[in-house]
Amino acid sequence: MMQTPNATSAPTPTIKLALAWSFVGIPLLAGVAQTLINAMKLFQ
Amino acid sequence: MTTTVNSARNDSRSMLAFLDRSHTIAKPGYSRWLVPPAALCVHLCIGQAYAFSVFNLPMTKLLGISQSAPGDWKLTELGWIFSIAMAMLGISSALFGRWVEEGGPRKAMFTAGCLWAGGFLLSAIGVYLHNLWIIYLGYGFFGGMALGIGYISPVSTLMKWFPDRPGMATGMAIMGFGGGALVASPLSVWLMSRFTTATHVGVMESFVVLACGYFVFMMVGATIVRVPADDWKPEGYVPAKAATKLVTTNDVYVYDAVKTPQFWLIWVVLFLNTTAGIGVLGQASAMSQEMFPGHITPIAAAGLVGLMSLFNMGGRFSWASLSDYIGRRNTYFVFMTLGFLLYITVPYAGGSGNVVLFVCCFLIIVSMYGGGFSTVPAYLRDMFGTRYVGAIHGILLTAWSAAGIVGPVLINYIREYNVTHGVPKAQAYNTTMYIMAGLLVIGFLANLCVRAVNKKYHMAAQTGAGMGALAPETAA
Repeated sequence: MMQTPNATSAPTPTIKLALAWSFVGIPLLAGVAQTLINAMKLFQ
Repeated sequence: MTTTVNSARNDSRSMLAFLDRSHTIAKPGYSRWLVPPAALCVHLCIGQAYAFSVFNLPMTKLLGISQSAPGDWKLTELGWIFSIAMAMLGISSALFGRWVEEGGPRKAMFTAGCLWAGGFLLSAIGVYLHNLWIIYLGYGFFGGMALGIGYISPVSTLMKWFPDRPGMATGMAIMGFGGGALVASPLSVWLMSRFTTATHVGVMESFVVLACGYFVFMMVGATIVRVPADDWKPEGYVPAKAATKLVTTNDVYVYDAVKTPQFWLIWVVLFLNTTAGIGVLGQASAMSQEMFPGHITPIAAAGLVGLMSLFNMGGRFSWASLSDYIGRRNTYFVFMTLGFLLYITVPYAGGSGNVVLFVCCFLIIVSMYGGGFSTVPAYLRDMFGTRYVGAIHGILLTAWSAAGIVGPVLINYIREYNVTHGVPKAQAYNTTMYIMAGLLVIGFLANLCVRAVNKKYHMAAQTGAGMGALAPETAA
């Protein structure tokens, strides 16, 4: 999908994309969740 | 013996060749959606800088353990670590911008990873030897260099992969810088709790673990990053053949860009937007408690700071993405106009005791502070083209360093002046808010003056003596 029409090589496997995004997404989401928990103190 | 030496040399050469731009050109089929995670690998790590303050208090008790003892470092001395790092961010991004641009993202990310991890390790030695100068050198100097090189390393690559959505692409990476602190802060606290004993504060071990973790993370980013082939374009994307009013199709050489009024107008816009935001961001806890005594407790203020971090991060992605639709200049007009209204509303919110209005004002302000950072690479790309945008962005980041000094100074000194002249603490910030609003008016006017860059600066149009002396393709 992201390649020029004359491209012939196999596209990047979905699992590779999922792994790459998980690698950065999981720690980021953990950080966001922890911050949200702390931020809730504003409303207590 | 000679064979062994030659073999070692060949190995190191092939290792260095792996870092070259030519070895990072994507093969057909490579998904451009692997590039944002690669960029995030770097930005999530260097974003730790915003969370460095969690180490400050423990580092004042390295000798006394439970409380500061004679010989322990003072907070004022430790504050210089962050200041040096931020100064080095601006200096190194300006100095190494062209090298980053020409060497490619992998080499830059690898270098940033080595400097970042090396800075932490050197700082760990500084803690072990209880020598603050080693930490200034480690985290401040080398870590600061990693901040500058790492920050700009994926910018132009992302814009080349996403010519259809450059704001969104850089917004994703720069969002990571905001998110890095959200990860690093609880992680650092947890690490210190694991390594601290009754007779030892676990800062050194935490630095070592962070150095190893960040090194691995940044090397993953350097490994998976690719640059697109010259003739690559996204499927269905038709590049504009002619420049529109404020989006060029030409490139401007990095050292020619700084000669244009557009560069300095955008510098002023970023400087003022950052000055206004950074002053509020750094003082939000104290300001909210003093403006609403009895209503906002220290715990609630900490919650507000956390919420502001989230809006800072979210603003980086959302405002930059929005700029793809409404244009960069219009996005900054929104920052300046809405910011002006919000800053003059804060004193009213304080005077009327309206906590909800105050919190809403601060959250939107801080989202625009983040948005200012993430939208500016695409603004530069619109003005100066893609080719040297990373290097130009690097020089522009000196505005951030300057604002980092002016913003907090402005807000602290004006508050201090007001308090010593009898102004109640709840109203001590009002003047500052009006001054910040005034700064945004100047920013609005600077943004209004931004026009398309004169054709004489375009690389393709340069001929003869007028060309940039160092421009590679004109010199070749």
